[in-house]
Amino acid sequence: MNFLNRHIRATFVAPALVFVIAMMIVPIIYTTYLSFHAWNGSARRAPEYLGLDNYTRLLTRDPRFGDAVARTFIFTGIAVGAELTLGLGIALLINGKFMGHNIVKTLILLPMVATPVAIGMAWLLLYEPNIGALNALLRGLGLPPQDFLGSASLALFWLAVVDIWQWTPLMALILLAGLTALPEEPYEAARVDGASGWQRFMHLTLPLLFPTMIAAVLLRSIDALKTFDIIYTMTRGGPGFATETINTYGYIQSFEYFQLGQASSLLIVFFTLILAVSLFFVRIRRRWGAAL
Amino acid sequence: MSSYTSSVSQPLLRSQLAQRRQRRLLWGTLRYAAIVVVLFIFLAPFLWMLLSSFKTQVDITNAQNIFNFTPTLENYQNVFQQYDFLRYLLNSFAVAALSTLFSLILGLPAAYAIARYRMQWLGVVLLTARIVPGITFLIPWFIIFSRLRLTGTLTPLILSHMLVGMPFIAWIMISFYEELPLELEEAAKIDGATPIGAFLRVALPLSMPGVITAGIVAFIFSWNNFMFSLVLADDQTRTLPIAIFNFLTYASVDWGGLMAAAVVITLPVLIITLFVQRYIIRGLTAGATKG
Repeated sequence: MNFLNRHIRATFVAPALVFVIAMMIVPIIYTTYLSFHAWNGSARRAPEYLGLDNYTRLLTRDPRFGDAVARTFIFTGIAVGAELTLGLGIALLINGKFMGHNIVKTLILLPMVATPVAIGMAWLLLYEPNIGALNALLRGLGLPPQDFLGSASLALFWLAVVDIWQWTPLMALILLAGLTALPEEPYEAARVDGASGWQRFMHLTLPLLFPTMIAAVLLRSIDALKTFDIIYTMTRGGPGFATETINTYGYIQSFEYFQLGQASSLLIVFFTLILAVSLFFVRIRRRWGAAL
Repeated sequence: MSSYTSSVSQPLLRSQLAQRRQRRLLWGTLRYAAIVVVLFIFLAPFLWMLLSSFKTQVDITNAQNIFNFTPTLENYQNVFQQYDFLRYLLNSFAVAALSTLFSLILGLPAAYAIARYRMQWLGVVLLTARIVPGITFLIPWFIIFSRLRLTGTLTPLILSHMLVGMPFIAWIMISFYEELPLELEEAAKIDGATPIGAFLRVALPLSMPGVITAGIVAFIFSWNNFMFSLVLADDQTRTLPIAIFNFLTYASVDWGGLMAAAVVITLPVLIITLFVQRYIIRGLTAGATKG
């Protein structure tokens, strides 16, 4: 006990650090090692060294990978873009006192805490072309029914809609917290100068809220780029490869094809991409004068 | 003079006031209407799920009669009797509770050290765990856990879920410990407490609201986890999300059963959320709102 108290920093930090090294750093090194090899996971055959072959093949001779990268960014762009816009709208709508304020804040939490697999199931039924509620609604409104997830050209969009439904509340709550923290003085000054509500929104609220918006977009983008649960449970990347993203392709290559070397190179590229996107947003935010 | 102005401007003022009040009432009504629409959109899928879980297959197929049906508990009976959901429910609960407990044991001292001894580098390491795609670890985990003959136990699930929970807990708690006044711990030390004693008897009890926040959110993350469990669980150790996913693949037409299963897994989380909503908002938005 005395020894532990004398080395207090090590005592507090060592357990967490050992855990992170064993469960995160070692696996990353191992995946990097495998990415230079060909291996099907068999204990009898050792990994065979290939040099950079996996990477050159991935980047030049694997159209499925290029498509998956494009889809990952399209999915993220649609989802996060819509979440930011709708989230800002909802934040402005529920900003300030009104009766039932807390109930509303609690109820909109539910989509983001609910289990993604269960959400996937519920939306599969909503999207079901023949018996689903959404086509019933469209028919009721006199609009043509949709194929939803069966449509090769639109399935990715309909998956993004589920992500938007699930995560717009998070965006709204983060922006609401940002709105609540805005200083009052600029608004009073603007009112004295006779600025209209729209002008106050464009020239005060948006710029003042910008750092919060960037942080929220960063947080959401990192998760949206990694979206797996909803896509894999609802379409498994189909129809065809129409909704296959980097994450689902990596999973299928690892645990359905067992091309572990090839998959590892994909995962390393994926990891690098996410890191690059994170640093990009952090730099934007720094430039705006806020430290992340 | 004064009587003159007041006699002219007062009716004018009154009509202006009435007009303003009317406009405010109109805006207020519109605002409430918009809020109701927003709430409906976010809640409708849950209501649909709940409603369908009490319907027979025939009633679900009949899209014309959404509310006109005789409720049945058959779907819930099937889920628990035919598919052994009770076992998966217990697995899910054990994994979530244990991974949260161990994440707290590892994460709280780490967060305290980062805040008190300014060990920012460790904060960055923990943040990396939040950013790196989880799938990057899955191949090594799969191989290492099977070499160690741990597959078929709950250990791989608990350890993998901890890699989500522990960094999250630490990350939230850093700001909690930074805000904690140093004087109390100093006073404890003057009274003869060791550094470990000061943490356990002073800092830890004072940070309980944060510990609860972080613990609940970590529990929910583990409860909801799909990808790690999909690879690391076998028939015996399957958690609920995997059980439901398998249910989909071999019973894809049994919508009532699927929805009952979805309700079983979602309900505990929704109930927890309703009770501790304030904590959860704080937990989920923490990463973004702090400087």
